[in-house]
Amino acid sequence: MATKKPRDKKKAGSRAAQKASPASGAEAKGEAGPSMVDIYIMGKRYEVPEGLTIQKALEYAGMRLLRGCGCRGGFCGACGTVYRTEGDYKLKVALACQTVVEDGMYLTQIPFYPANKAVYALDELQPALESLVQAYPEVMRCVQCNTCRKVCPQDIEVMQYIAAAMRGDIAKLADLSFDCIMCGLCASRCPGELVQYYIALLGRRLYAKYMMPQASHVADRLGELRDGKFDKEIDEMMKMPLEDLKKLYDTRDIEPEDEIEQDAVAAGSKEIND
Amino acid sequence: MPIDPGVDPYPAHMRESIKKVEATRQARLTQEFPALDADAKSKLLKAFHPDHKPGQLTDIKVGISKGEKTFAEIESILQAYSRLDPDTFDLSRVDFDVDVLVIGGGGAGSSAALLAKEAGSEVLLTTKLRLGDANTMMAQGGIQAADKENDPPTRHFLDAMGGGHYTNIPELVRALVMDAPEVIGWLQDLGAMFDKEDDGSYITIHGGGTSRKRMHAARDYSGAEIMRTLRDEVQNKGIEVLEFTSAIEILKDKEGKCAGAVLYNMETEEHFVCRAKTTVIATGGAGRLHVQGFPTTNHYGATADGLVMAYRAGAPFIFMDAIQYHPTGAAFPEQILGLLVTEKVRGMGAQVLNADGEQFVYPLETRDVESSAIIRECTERKRGITTHTGMTGVWLDSPLIEAKHGPGTIKKYLPAMARQYERCNIDMTKDPILIYPTQHYQNGGIKISDDAESGVPNLFIAGEASGGVHGRNRLMGNSLLDILVFGRRAGKSAAARAKDTKVGELSLAHVKKFHEELKAAGVPRDRISPMLLPDYRTPETKERQKGQIPLGAEI
Repeated sequence: MATKKPRDKKKAGSRAAQKASPASGAEAKGEAGPSMVDIYIMGKRYEVPEGLTIQKALEYAGMRLLRGCGCRGGFCGACGTVYRTEGDYKLKVALACQTVVEDGMYLTQIPFYPANKAVYALDELQPALESLVQAYPEVMRCVQCNTCRKVCPQDIEVMQYIAAAMRGDIAKLADLSFDCIMCGLCASRCPGELVQYYIALLGRRLYAKYMMPQASHVADRLGELRDGKFDKEIDEMMKMPLEDLKKLYDTRDIEPEDEIEQDAVAAGSKEIND
Repeated sequence: MPIDPGVDPYPAHMRESIKKVEATRQARLTQEFPALDADAKSKLLKAFHPDHKPGQLTDIKVGISKGEKTFAEIESILQAYSRLDPDTFDLSRVDFDVDVLVIGGGGAGSSAALLAKEAGSEVLLTTKLRLGDANTMMAQGGIQAADKENDPPTRHFLDAMGGGHYTNIPELVRALVMDAPEVIGWLQDLGAMFDKEDDGSYITIHGGGTSRKRMHAARDYSGAEIMRTLRDEVQNKGIEVLEFTSAIEILKDKEGKCAGAVLYNMETEEHFVCRAKTTVIATGGAGRLHVQGFPTTNHYGATADGLVMAYRAGAPFIFMDAIQYHPTGAAFPEQILGLLVTEKVRGMGAQVLNADGEQFVYPLETRDVESSAIIRECTERKRGITTHTGMTGVWLDSPLIEAKHGPGTIKKYLPAMARQYERCNIDMTKDPILIYPTQHYQNGGIKISDDAESGVPNLFIAGEASGGVHGRNRLMGNSLLDILVFGRRAGKSAAARAKDTKVGELSLAHVKKFHEELKAAGVPRDRISPMLLPDYRTPETKERQKGQIPLGAEI
């Protein structure tokens, strides 16, 4: 295949066997543009501009994503990626939407993991170890190898929260696991075959429902609403001439930051003096 | 992800500007920039909001909202042909026959499915990606609800109406604010882990345009916490879910009632007929259309499919000429361009500053005003900071949060933000971050009644796909609330209606009629929608894909 423009060389398809490095070849001498790096998508080489995220590099290489692409902002866990770099045996993980490509990156996405999610009625459970064990008996199979921690793209202390789960410390389990985006990479590497993120999800729901005290102000407000306390006032606002509503809006008072936060401001300014 | 202190993530000219920010920080701790009055706001919006940029709006010539205006990117999918041939598509083989069909697997769709199921309906939820792949998952800041003693729902009503410049449909705002405490109670009961004080009361803060602190948050994973809880519950309740299956056309019966949808398996490219007594569209917004070329905070699937299908079925829309630009999208570094920097950062005290480290706008103006002020600072006043890739932005002084509330505050209350910047080697507790407005939200959508029904009988719409509740500008925290309030209402309404509905013979006659109108208006035949997913492959790739003989073509 004849290629004229330097960028045409980004495709490895017809010359996959050729060895190329970003510093060599026509593009290095050609017109100014982004420097190119080699990445290997499931073993196949593509040249992509440096600075792209893995996700954008896949698209640059010509893929249209269906699996393995979700929020594109680091929140949904669809784009878990396992990779290593040339000459290194060590496996690394990343979210494709949050990680910039490196030269010599061998990568594959793990967009789905066939994990077992227990089905339960939260209303019938107790916030106790037995609830976790009943739903996920494998929780006790943790061998504390810490692979889950090493493979977590969110840097969550996965093994620590599993240890908390095994002690029945649901508050700790909930707190430590909070930033989990449920990408599934921990479960994919776990020798004990735990599904850490589902155990954590159950833990957080138990904690929030049963261990955090209920908000009395919400219960009070629901009572007031049932009694129709605000109905008349809101009906009047809906019927109000626009000018009156505008006046009401423009002259409304704004709740100030409270005392405690003011103290924190004072403490903070001291901090800044230091 | 430890920060590498040996590598400065900011180039030298940006570092110089940061020094000016640091020099003014102490004085700014107690300095409050005044909010604009109504007149000044209105002038600023007219001059600098992207909605008012001349030449961006196109007339709608086809369909029930003929004569309305919208942006070219939205017009190009609204005035487009079906993916199906209404003359030859076989509707006789019904693959799914349910009471309630829910299209969309985000917060609104999941709520609707749960409430419809609770009301005894047989429910099918279909979603083009995975259950939970939605903008809901990405919402960080929080959810508004007037549930504290100093904050009656009438005050929430007033804030929302004023924020929407009084264009909101009052009946919808009434539903929004009056249902809000119930939604918080529902989330509490489902075990969604929101931030609370030791006594169990919710920690609430301000958002742009709020007069009371009513923003409830789950650190800065508020939407994610709602979504993972609802998803778990949908699965626990045994609701049937079809993933990677998009709806591509609404079905009607001969009486003109909505009667289900044609579904499309995104992987096998097969079509399925779903007959449903009632249908809920909860497909979200339009960020991935990149109106006026803006980057977006939105999910990969935000391509307004529901808007297209409902419009073709005859449901009018409202305010499709009002897009919300989030004032604080990431402007540096390149790999996070356009991603959301939650409003909670300003809610917690970060100020917005120009290149000289000076405030130029009250940090908690409504989003349209805040965005316009930032655009003015960067364009007319030329006091923005330009990066090496040519992107311009202003500073958001995040270290001020720790100066105000003590060290560790950002890690505790904004862990997602801290993590996003750490991945770029930026420590936002020590350095400010560069921001610029980014396309965030479709203020309008398919017009609904307060029981979430569209202009087409038995077709309900919930969440961002619907329009009217926010008027022309939504306040922060009213979107997570909207999806739950109207998702629940849509689910309840759809289940109730399904009980006394008998579906007649299925038809795509409305599509055929729409096609005739398109032809008469001279719309080019190669316009096809819904889009389903954006295509980010390069023009070069697309060029190289040409030349193939289509399957079955005569040679």
